[in-house]
Amino acid sequence: MKSTITLTIERTKKKIRIALPAGSTIKDAISKAGVNPVEVVPAVNNEIVTESYKIRNNDKIELLSVVSGG
Amino acid sequence: MACKSCKQFPVYATQNHEHLCKNHFSRYFERKVFKTITKYKMIEKADKIAVALSGGKDSSVLLYLLNKFREQYQGFELSAVLIDEGIPSYREITRKDAVKFCRQLGIPLKIISFRQETGKRLSQLVKNKHNPCATCGVLRRYFLNKGARELHATKIATGHNADDEAQSIWMNSIKGNLEFSAKLGPVTGMIVHEKFVKRIKPLYFMLEKEVLIYSKVQNLPVTFVECPNTRLSFRNEIGRILNELEAKYPGTKQSILNSFLEILPALKSHFREGSKHLGTCKLCGEPAVKEFCRACGLIKKVKQ
Repeated sequence: MKSTITLTIERTKKKIRIALPAGSTIKDAISKAGVNPVEVVPAVNNEIVTESYKIRNNDKIELLSVVSGG
Repeated sequence: MACKSCKQFPVYATQNHEHLCKNHFSRYFERKVFKTITKYKMIEKADKIAVALSGGKDSSVLLYLLNKFREQYQGFELSAVLIDEGIPSYREITRKDAVKFCRQLGIPLKIISFRQETGKRLSQLVKNKHNPCATCGVLRRYFLNKGARELHATKIATGHNADDEAQSIWMNSIKGNLEFSAKLGPVTGMIVHEKFVKRIKPLYFMLEKEVLIYSKVQNLPVTFVECPNTRLSFRNEIGRILNELEAKYPGTKQSILNSFLEILPALKSHFREGSKHLGTCKLCGEPAVKEFCRACGLIKKVKQ
């Protein structure tokens, strides 16, 4: 069964909603959202996680942007 | 997946798929940076290091680590220089962070602003509005060198990471500026002039992603804002292409650096032999290739 999850791009506050099967990982979510994994660091419930993290119900997922300038 | 060493919750996976928790990631990161400092003999006990601090994640991590390195291994002097270009909604935020962080660490901070020094903000100094980064770069390097010397610094430490360096190598190759590449590397030392302060890059082998994770894990006072001009730059374009390649072929950036370091000694010796004598700017007395240095040339043009 698929469930809808929301990824928030931390810097722009842009929200990306995607549908994923149960047991999906952050890696699956990033890939489905069409984001380059090299350019983001995932955080779940304000804690940094790796891409192998298995998404649970009600997880608050943010993608921190790596690229900066200045 | 758990940390390979302690089974705690992981925050980072290396290219070999080894998962590391906060503590073991920090240890991995610090060891790699300290090894770079030692391997390239970047710092000696008698050194006075001025960190080029922007208040962003890279330079803040650098300042934090050099302070740690100083406490653990050597007793060199440490200070920081911040260049304020007057970019609205950006520099005032990172400037506040930098002031706060230096106060927290007890490190002296010297702030030099374009406005104070030239009477104008960056936007008023830029002729080509589509490429402000070139003007900004020239002036930042100029005031950084001057500021570091005023602090009696023997070396300037910059927060350049592996991503920055790989981008520079590619940019120089694409634009045919191999001579500029000869000035790259973990320690820059092509320019010989009594007023030129040598530069070191302790974060040389660290990926930008690793720097971000370290700054978060250590809870450093960094507001993650981006310079509004970044999106206009050629560097940004190259960075995107490199990131796409890195995603497809992990280790790309590291390979670019490793190959470059193999040929760097040859590049340095080739361009050192043919290099022009570095003179002194007639206006400000700073190092210059021509009659006036590039910074004075720029400022003069704007004032005309």
